[in-house]
Amino acid sequence: MKFATAPAPHWRPAADVAAVMRQVLYALAPAVAAYTFFFGPGLLLNIVVATAAALATEALALRLRARPARVFLSDGSAVVTAVLFAFCLPPLTPWWITVTGIVFAVGVAKHLYGGLGYNLFNPAMAGYLVVLVAFPGKMTMWLPPTTGDLDYQSLSLWQTLQYTATASLPAGFEFDAVTRATPLTVVRTELGLMRTMSEIRVNPVFGDFGGVGWEWIGNFLTLGGMWLLYKGIIRWQIPAAMIVSLMACALVFYLTDPETHPSPLFHLYAGGTLLGAFFIATDPVSSTVTDRGRLIYGAGCGVLTYAIRTWGGYPDGVAFAVLLMNMAVPLIDRHTRPRIYGH
Amino acid sequence: MSTAWTYNPQPPRPDWGVRAPALKKLSLRQPIRAAPLPVEASMSLQIGGSIELPAIVAPGDRVQTGQAIARNTDGMAVHASISGRVLAVGPQRAPVASGRPVPCVVIRAEGPEQMHGSCIPVNEDLLSPEEIRARVAAGGIVGLGGAQFPTARKLTPGVPIRALIVDGAECEPWITCDEVLLRERAGMVIEGVGVMMRALGTDHAVVAVEADMPEAHAALDNALGAGGSGGIGIAVVTTKYPAGGERQLIEMLTGDEVPAGGLPRDIGYVCQNVATAAAVGELFRSGRPLISRIVTVTGGGIAEPGNFEARIGTPIRDLVQAAGGYRAAPHRLLMGGPMMGFALPDDDLPVTTATNCLVAALATELAPDRPEMPCIRCGECVQACPARLLPHELLTAVRRNDAGRLAEFGLRDCIECGCCDYVCPSYIHLTARFSAARGRERSRA
Ligand code: SF4
Ligand code: SF4
Repeated sequence: MKFATAPAPHWRPAADVAAVMRQVLYALAPAVAAYTFFFGPGLLLNIVVATAAALATEALALRLRARPARVFLSDGSAVVTAVLFAFCLPPLTPWWITVTGIVFAVGVAKHLYGGLGYNLFNPAMAGYLVVLVAFPGKMTMWLPPTTGDLDYQSLSLWQTLQYTATASLPAGFEFDAVTRATPLTVVRTELGLMRTMSEIRVNPVFGDFGGVGWEWIGNFLTLGGMWLLYKGIIRWQIPAAMIVSLMACALVFYLTDPETHPSPLFHLYAGGTLLGAFFIATDPVSSTVTDRGRLIYGAGCGVLTYAIRTWGGYPDGVAFAVLLMNMAVPLIDRHTRPRIYGH
Repeated sequence: MSTAWTYNPQPPRPDWGVRAPALKKLSLRQPIRAAPLPVEASMSLQIGGSIELPAIVAPGDRVQTGQAIARNTDGMAVHASISGRVLAVGPQRAPVASGRPVPCVVIRAEGPEQMHGSCIPVNEDLLSPEEIRARVAAGGIVGLGGAQFPTARKLTPGVPIRALIVDGAECEPWITCDEVLLRERAGMVIEGVGVMMRALGTDHAVVAVEADMPEAHAALDNALGAGGSGGIGIAVVTTKYPAGGERQLIEMLTGDEVPAGGLPRDIGYVCQNVATAAAVGELFRSGRPLISRIVTVTGGGIAEPGNFEARIGTPIRDLVQAAGGYRAAPHRLLMGGPMMGFALPDDDLPVTTATNCLVAALATELAPDRPEMPCIRCGECVQACPARLLPHELLTAVRRNDAGRLAEFGLRDCIECGCCDYVCPSYIHLTARFSAARGRERSRA
């Protein structure tokens, strides 16, 4: 009897790249739901726009680079980039901003560097940075959370869609009236005005320790992160190092003067910390490969996030921190190379 | 020489390697069965891929079981595994990775089985280490773990040996030949270990078994008597692939690493497989040279999986018949396990001393064919690699064929275990490329 032959090993992993990407999307789902609950349907629209634009850009790039489109489009990496990118955007974001960011993310940060696996920078963060720099005003204005005693006018799906499509709100709504600064921006501006944390904390965007809504989104992001850890998709070193180092920095300054420095817990739940720790900094392609390297890389992300939030020019620092650490990856990898057996 | 040496009966859990489904139960349901004597046996005269023994019989000669049919100047021999007439001496197909024919002696069974007069028991206590080695070579004993290295050579260390390490950590999925051997013939293993210790002049030996082999462990305990006798101990290693790899096992048991490019004896250890030890035991107790081995015949494509004591040279298809034949159309026939075994093109090949296992694997039992994706730098391969290489970097070096980088990233330190492939979500054929690159390097050298 004759048989087919193939080189060893004859077993491979159960999960391929597409399965890994699917798990990341599942893990994000609870946080997406929480985000939508607190800040309206804007995120869903942004996800749709970003995903469509990401797939279109990916298809075009693959075509230009003469790569098999079917295989690579179905690997799910473009969708993950799109969802993570959309997650960073304010609920009210005109579609062209989303498209600009995603085209840069997928077209430049990913494909110009050689496509899946070769990008130096995390595409979602690179795209986010571009729109943050290009459209600074729009990027920090958030909707007020739907819970809490805020005098907000909530927007329906249709009204959000209208804004996303045209960047103008229906008659009777004013952009400035329906949006609020994010807690990080509030802290930043008010501290700049020499207010103390206890004065700042009465602002209704604050909840128990973080921002209203952000606290729950943070919890669900953590839940998603736990799922990825459980599934073995990510390893604990990067999230742990990033969270611990950020909170450690925050604690030092908080202890020196709690009136001018937000608490470690606030930092943990603010802005992109948890998204960054579990979903962004853990992006395999643009992070380090060894456990020791991951600890250094994660710690770098945490410290830089704190530094940029506190002394930099932007309210949040996660995107900058991750991109800066991306650049350090080759160096970290070189210096954390394990000693080969027997050498 | 007798140095103080201790081992850790519960070695540390390694952070390398993979936990793959063991699938051992399939072939552990029945005790070892004797495979029927073959009508025609084709015995390879090539040992371990490099040593070729000249035949000392010619077509038409009558041979008896256990009679030497090839011998080299080192005194190393190959023996007739059945009684009959030599049919042919020359290149024949054999289950070797190269796929090229190897020099063989083909014997056709004739008349009743008769042991050759040279097969007589010997008391090793009366022999010097030198004489023990000569007898092991003349008995045709080679490493039965798959490497086929001449055992007599391994018993000639040239340096003081701290301990003999006996490898019963059968870490590859599906394979159970060593486990059943320990369960049923632990005494023979221990006898062989004693002989080898004497040849090596060491007072220490440790038999390593995996944590999921309680019966084998108990049988060894029994054979040793309470408290472990004669300097032989038992160590239980984590059930993990490749815990049974020579270098990995030494690292776990002793904390020492075999130096790059070196051998275990450079750090005072000699590693032997349990089946090799049993073959040595058998050679001294009953005088029987290496004419048979235990082969696991298993996989979803086999009707009655189990372990068979098969004469060397038995056609694989006969062995499959003995195991009830194929149950469903197997997708691949593996010699060895799923991690390092190689896929045979057909079953019209003889059992060799390297045939520890035959797996008739159904398509559902193997990895689906998926296209290779680019490396996403997930680091899974780094985590899994027992040699602590960076397989993804080594891959780049292989692709660029950059000799400097190949050396820097340790191509020569790769043990071709397959762990990196097993965890790679991009389905990259890392191991096959590393093997090919090593082959190229060897042929250049
Ligand atoms: S095949 Fe080589 S590179 Fe791959 S895990 Fe094994 S030793 Fe490491
Ligand atoms: S496991 Fe595969 S994808 Fe991951 S780093 Fe290694 S080679 Fe790259």
